[in-house]
Amino acid sequence: MAEKIELNLISGRTIQQGVSMEAGKEKPAYRDACGIIELNAADIKKLGIWQGTNVRVTSLHGTVVVKAIEGLQKVDEGMGWIPMGPWANRVIDPNTYSTGMPTFKGVKVSVTPEPSGKVLSSLEVIEEGLAL
Amino acid sequence: MSKIITDVVCPFCGTLCDDLEVTVSDDGKKLIDVSNACAIGAMKFLHSQADDRLTKPRMRNEDGSWRDVSYEEAADFSAKMLANSKKPLMYGWSSTNCEAQSVGSTIGELIGAQMDNTATVCHGTTLIAVQDVGVPSCTLGEVKNRADMIIYWGGNPAHAHPRHMSRYSMYPRGFFTAKGHRGRTLVVVDPRDTDSASIADIHLKVEQGRDYELLSALRVAFRGEVLPDVVAGIPKEKIYEVAEKMKKARFGVIFFGMGVTQTLSKNHNIDIAIQVTRDLNEYTKFSIMPMRGHYNVTGSGEVWGWQFGFPFCVDLSRGFARYNPGESSSNDLLVRGEVDSVFVIGSDPGAHFPFGSVKKMNEIPCVCVDPHITPTTVVADLHVPVAFVGVEVGGCAYRMDSVPIETHKVVDAPEGMITDEEFLNMVLERLQKIKGV
Repeated sequence: MAEKIELNLISGRTIQQGVSMEAGKEKPAYRDACGIIELNAADIKKLGIWQGTNVRVTSLHGTVVVKAIEGLQKVDEGMGWIPMGPWANRVIDPNTYSTGMPTFKGVKVSVTPEPSGKVLSSLEVIEEGLAL
Repeated sequence: MSKIITDVVCPFCGTLCDDLEVTVSDDGKKLIDVSNACAIGAMKFLHSQADDRLTKPRMRNEDGSWRDVSYEEAADFSAKMLANSKKPLMYGWSSTNCEAQSVGSTIGELIGAQMDNTATVCHGTTLIAVQDVGVPSCTLGEVKNRADMIIYWGGNPAHAHPRHMSRYSMYPRGFFTAKGHRGRTLVVVDPRDTDSASIADIHLKVEQGRDYELLSALRVAFRGEVLPDVVAGIPKEKIYEVAEKMKKARFGVIFFGMGVTQTLSKNHNIDIAIQVTRDLNEYTKFSIMPMRGHYNVTGSGEVWGWQFGFPFCVDLSRGFARYNPGESSSNDLLVRGEVDSVFVIGSDPGAHFPFGSVKKMNEIPCVCVDPHITPTTVVADLHVPVAFVGVEVGGCAYRMDSVPIETHKVVDAPEGMITDEEFLNMVLERLQKIKGV
């Protein structure tokens, strides 16, 4: 364990994200749907972890703890997917390049295992960031 | 006893399905069941019935806890905050009706606000591209009745617009498309093996962020010119094959999503996607349409379009409408610290803005008008829960193809709750008094 891998991160909608968002973003189901990173099985192996282990995702713009799972919709090796939401937004690139649009897709991140880390709820992830 | 209300419009995504059936109690106070909706739409209706739903505005105490306040107090606070701000940002507007958007525009003009909607993190780059190069588009009815080639570029409708394929693009049998999906070709362009890609006839697994190259390669292929062996991860033979199929289609449509609007190149990805569509009209009939997210983000752009001339990023601070994405866009304004208060309605920037912007929202006065508890309410000083548009109050919304559809009320809001429009009118009245107009 304790390997570090570099990934290209993208974010976006999933149906679980949509359903749990409408059921209440303060609820655990929203955290379970969006506080995850979908990885290729080869990358999970490189990290030396089981599926469902918590990992720390870090970019130039921030850091967040999420649960690593093998993609429900397969992602290729070297790519990571975090559903849109406050977890992804801790690490995505805020640069809009004068278009108004932050760069939500195509962000270089590193991922390290953090089994003892806690995946926070959507409200906690904001509170934690504000306290930094 | 219960009764069934038919032809209900779903207030979730830009597909704006209008065939839902909702079962309500005889007295119209309780929503019991929803049919025909996708999982997300059904949840939106059912969540309005949640026991733990907030029904009163709440104001932040100094120690961070909340206290209940009346709508009058909430309107007083909002009006004072906006009147005292040098450069307030009024953001959201996409999950409410056009009537509320119109009142909001009047407020924005009165106080010289920065007005921005969720397109700024969704299809804002599309709007820029459309202004640059125009857009050959159509209605979803035309797609259903005529299209025999459907392309989803950088979008995953199976997850984000779950009924789009069954109602309009792939599966319905239309006037000239009697064979339904058997008479149509589906192409999905996506770097992931998405559920939408899994049912496609052709999945172009583009390298992430290289959509511009692939679109450009298609334009080369249409003209029969020479391509390199591989472009954006796709072999040239595949590109020629798809280009030929596109040219031979009777009527094709490109639906595009965040895969092109949010990656690098941004509006230029859309520029060239529109140019591809324009090229194809030399050979056949082709259209292009953005997969709009919030059910009335299109309406917000329409309302501001006719009131201010611009669909998002509208700067009213000089007494007339200016527009300059990158300068007058929410995230740029927030990150640069250029706004001194935020009024959020019909959106959740706390969850969907980069965290740096959320942090800035926490440093300035913030009002959040939203039926739900959201990450935005964490940084808000005042949270005003309101009735759900499309569930507890009707009003106009615009579908992704810019067709206006009247949403319906199906159930009463909890006693004492008011609508977005009513709350905005309360704020407007107070602002008019403060400003003496």
